[in-house]
Amino acid sequence: MDIKRDYYEDIRLLGSGAKRFWFGVMMLALAVTPFLLPGHVLSDVNFIAINVIVAIGLNILVGFTGQVSLGHAGFFAIGAYATVLLMSAAQFVPFPLALLAAGLIAALFGFVLGLPSLKLEGPYLAIATLGFGMAITQIIGRFSVFGGRDGIQVPEVHYLDRLFVEYAGMTASAAKAADLYFIIIVFAVAMTIMARNIIKTRVGRAFIAIRDDDIAAQSMGVHVTLYKTLSFAVSAFFTGVAGGLYAIWLGYINPESFGFIMSVLFLAMVVVGGVGSIMGSVLGAIVISFLDLNLKQNTIVQIPVLGNVLVMFTDAVMDTNGIAYVSYIIFGLIMMLIVVFEPLGLFGFWIRIKKYWKTWPF
Amino acid sequence: MMILQPLIDGLAIGSLYALIALSMVIIYKTSEVPNFAQGEMAMLSTFFAYYLMENAGFAFPYAFLGALVFAAVVGVVFEFVFLRREKEVGILGFILITLGFERILYGIAGWKWGSEQKLFPSSFAPLPVSGSTMIHLGGVSISQIKLIIVIVAVSLIGLIFLFFKYTRVGIAMKATQQNATAARINGIRTKRIMSLTWAMSAVVGAIAGMLLVPGTNTSLDANIMLAPLLKGFAAAVLGGMNTLVGSIGGGIILGVIEKFFGFYISSEFETVVAFLIIVIILWFRPGGLFGRHYVRKV
Repeated sequence: MDIKRDYYEDIRLLGSGAKRFWFGVMMLALAVTPFLLPGHVLSDVNFIAINVIVAIGLNILVGFTGQVSLGHAGFFAIGAYATVLLMSAAQFVPFPLALLAAGLIAALFGFVLGLPSLKLEGPYLAIATLGFGMAITQIIGRFSVFGGRDGIQVPEVHYLDRLFVEYAGMTASAAKAADLYFIIIVFAVAMTIMARNIIKTRVGRAFIAIRDDDIAAQSMGVHVTLYKTLSFAVSAFFTGVAGGLYAIWLGYINPESFGFIMSVLFLAMVVVGGVGSIMGSVLGAIVISFLDLNLKQNTIVQIPVLGNVLVMFTDAVMDTNGIAYVSYIIFGLIMMLIVVFEPLGLFGFWIRIKKYWKTWPF
Repeated sequence: MMILQPLIDGLAIGSLYALIALSMVIIYKTSEVPNFAQGEMAMLSTFFAYYLMENAGFAFPYAFLGALVFAAVVGVVFEFVFLRREKEVGILGFILITLGFERILYGIAGWKWGSEQKLFPSSFAPLPVSGSTMIHLGGVSISQIKLIIVIVAVSLIGLIFLFFKYTRVGIAMKATQQNATAARINGIRTKRIMSLTWAMSAVVGAIAGMLLVPGTNTSLDANIMLAPLLKGFAAAVLGGMNTLVGSIGGGIILGVIEKFFGFYISSEFETVVAFLIIVIILWFRPGGLFGRHYVRKV
């Protein structure tokens, strides 16, 4: 049932029975995942889920509001450091509260960064956001409150891991990953729904109107100043929360973890997944973070056929120590080819597959 | 005299930023592509020169020329394969394509030459210059290599301006930049001009890269060009992405601000402050210092 007959049908979260069913299945699958996967895979899943949050947040800004940002690693860093400082400096603050507070702090910075965006566009905005991202890591590296260049230890978070060890028979490390998994996945699902609600309602329509044409939007009565800065703030909030989760996941953070390349990866997730699509962001985050985790020296060599060719080629022409760099080439190729051949990204593929099967014999 | 020293240092580094900025502006004016791969194109060309000297045994002048040819080929191929058909992808698409190309070039350099640092052979071997010998002039001192860099950069910039003013190809490039459709109507092969523009930009970038490595006493590895690229880009934006003069001005101003701040206050935050100043300037002049603000028709 694709036809929407009225507004309330359009904004409803789960429109049809089938959607409700599949949503329930997905929730169930997410709930049993930690009991089926070994600990190290689960840890990778946690990282992917964190990136899903970032990709959705960045897509709100890039895909739905049409503003370029090359500085989201800065918001990520703000979220991570704010969470850690709130938890260790003010020890009574429980972790979820610290995380939300960190998100709000990031949102405040997002609002401030949104101000220049009112006047800038294209490469000018790219440079402003990029400068912001670089400035944040430099400032963090300078002050000893933030642990300077050496970084800081992240306090541990425990909720259910003892239960997992006792009742599900997990090892200590697997239980830790599973504990973290439930925290992250709750946030990931909640924020995905939140993003979907933002986009479907008044605010999201204002974002989309600004993306399509800000002057036309303004003459229709959309408050461009408000909504552009709001878009930055919302996007920064998502990224900040994800940053806090990342700090917990990593266990130890330093300014170098949040470089320019990280911002590029975030942007790649959005574009590879599909600009202006929440489901695309999820797909893009999964693919890019999966590659990011797995394209290492030893795995590249193990790719069937291609691995052997690469090894032979490397021994013949290239430097044997440099084979890990092939991962950058693969990343770059994916980014370029997606933009050139499928501007809608993985979401575009999905749409086409869906359409093909829906109309199949015809 | 205290005030002259950071000014001179700023001019030296600023002229390099100006070269990188110029190479980006040349492309941006013609095709509206903010080329994030510019730095890695220069880096790879510098590596190619290194390869010619160390492994193939060429003397510096030949290696230098070889690297320029290599740079031009990389630029033309990139334009032809990935950008020529892409008219509809928009600024975000262009940023992603060039960032992807940047990753690929970075990967190739790392793959071929590994991640350990290589020592770039003293590139001015035929000339008796060195980075440690200082020239003293009325209280300020500048190393010989830095002086050479300024001279080369300034003369290259001068050549480029003469090229745009007096040669047929240069004038055709300017025409294409101003209005591609009108240029095509008047019989200019704009696509060919576009390829030439990319070649020229890549060559300018490669020269900047080969000046940068000996000039800042850095050894050669795959990461050298990231920071200079961002500075060059920032300089281009500061001056205005659509003026050639602006990119030169932006580069010099950025270099001087950076060195003054580093000299008087702290060298730790010079990059941060430079970006902060750029954001403030852009707030008041959204089209850059020298650029006309671009007015969009509804």
